[in-house]
Amino acid sequence: MDMTYAGAEPKVAKRKRSAIARYAAPYLFISPWILGFLFFTLGPLVFSLTMSFYDWPVVGERTFVGLENYRSMLFEDPQFWESLWITVKFAAIYVPFNIVMSFLLALMLHHITFASGFFRTAFYLPSVISGVALVTIWSWIYSREYGLLNFMLSFIGIDGPNWLGDPNLAIVAIIIASLWGLGGTMLILLTGLKAIPKELYEAATVSGVPGWAQMVFITLPMLGPMLLFTFITSIISAFQQLTIALLLTKGGPLGSTYFFAMYIYDNAFKYFDMGYAAAGSWVMFIIVLLLSLGVMRWSAAWVYYEGEVRENDGDRNA
Amino acid sequence: MRKTLLYSALILLSALFIAPFYWTFMTAIKSSAELYQFPPVFWPSEWHWENFAAAWNKQPFGTYLTNSLIVVALSTIGQLISSSLVAYGFARFRFPGRDPLFILLLATMMIPWDVKMIPLYMEFNLLGWINTLKPLIVPAYFADAFFVFLLRQYIMTVPMEIDEAARMDGANAFDIYWRIHLPLMMPALVLVGTFHFMNAWNDYLGPLIFLNDQSKYTLTLGLSMFKGLHEVDVTSIAAITVILCLPPLALFFVAQRYIMDGAVGSSVKG
Repeated sequence: MDMTYAGAEPKVAKRKRSAIARYAAPYLFISPWILGFLFFTLGPLVFSLTMSFYDWPVVGERTFVGLENYRSMLFEDPQFWESLWITVKFAAIYVPFNIVMSFLLALMLHHITFASGFFRTAFYLPSVISGVALVTIWSWIYSREYGLLNFMLSFIGIDGPNWLGDPNLAIVAIIIASLWGLGGTMLILLTGLKAIPKELYEAATVSGVPGWAQMVFITLPMLGPMLLFTFITSIISAFQQLTIALLLTKGGPLGSTYFFAMYIYDNAFKYFDMGYAAAGSWVMFIIVLLLSLGVMRWSAAWVYYEGEVRENDGDRNA
Repeated sequence: MRKTLLYSALILLSALFIAPFYWTFMTAIKSSAELYQFPPVFWPSEWHWENFAAAWNKQPFGTYLTNSLIVVALSTIGQLISSSLVAYGFARFRFPGRDPLFILLLATMMIPWDVKMIPLYMEFNLLGWINTLKPLIVPAYFADAFFVFLLRQYIMTVPMEIDEAARMDGANAFDIYWRIHLPLMMPALVLVGTFHFMNAWNDYLGPLIFLNDQSKYTLTLGLSMFKGLHEVDVTSIAAITVILCLPPLALFFVAQRYIMDGAVGSSVKG
């Protein structure tokens, strides 16, 4: 009996299955990221936030201490403020230099045709290597007696200082070594420059707008989103600065390059005070987040998005 | 006149960027006598290629190289598969929660590694993965936000009609990913592979935190050990540094076309 029904049943089931499959398919495709987010991002974030409220040694008893880690860090640990101050100093010099120098180099490359590929490659090359190799290379450049830098300085009659041994110069040395890797930022800005429609400049030139004004009213606003992007990524990488300082100066001399990331690292893997280190990492996270949000807020004043429609076009430059 | 000035400035500046490479190579190949001469020797009188072999044999660099290669190869494969799958999911489907999830994905790029470093160490410790290569490989199989973003932007440039035509011919969602989008996004995959290779090859903090035994070390860790062990063995350090720089440089030159062709830029334009 019921031949039709029996025949229809698998068909219905099949349609149902395929409906489920269609509904589930996108989630299946993005599931690697969702799992990764849960296990390698969200999980660790929750875990470290929990840890920051505990006295949490690697082995042995852990006790809930509430906000004690944060309190003693902010009010009783001079090293916290010192390392934070060094990091802020570093960021305050590195970030603007990184962006301005990348921008100038990109601008120069944008204005040449012959051998532009060669120069682009030359500026990007140091970004290809990083970490340990970069540090070893720079440790010789800075070497007091045999270093390339002091040798160059001797040509112009300057008796080269002990770059990595002088508390005032060591941080400058780290900034220079970091700036050597500005190729990535430069490439992003160069791509941005190339994307600006040429007609804008042609129209401006025809109307007799001088070069500097074209820069201020065309180039900079059009490059806004790219500048914002590099601004924020530079801030994040400045605050995470660890490898170069760890290998080049080990935080010295006299703690003058003891960065905030190193302070966190030492608390975790040298003193094995995981709860305290986790609290430090959250302080860093909050600072970076606030800075990024602040920059984004501020950028609304100067970033121009081409896709954006504004009510009063005349107000664009106001 | 202006062009001459521009080119002179560029030549001078590019020399500043290239000089350290030149200097490292020359340091590696000099004789020990010329190493500490003052003024410095810019062109060695003899080229000591054997310095490389000597440096290589001072530590178990063969083992380090094997470890580095295992990490780089396995994690690159994982990164290419997982990030392209996720990118396809975000680029080609409409589903509840897609936009919030994508914003979440972008937001994860802003989390400093330091915040995750400590709990990840504890997590891997719990799993018994400390002092194995797993912490350096497995996370790559769960997609990276930046690469997903980059590949998604790339897929978005492919006309939807191509997907629809394939669906008419009976292809399912996975077929379309596997047989249409994967071949089409080859240039972007080369870019992702290159970036990931460089990150994994140059990584120092990961191996430093997750590995203990010398038999598990990667090349970067081996080189940093050199600094501790033979503080004065400048020639060997330079030689290993040169060797360490070679694969990323070679890869860069091969993949240069893809890196320079705006893929980096289009990825941040949003």
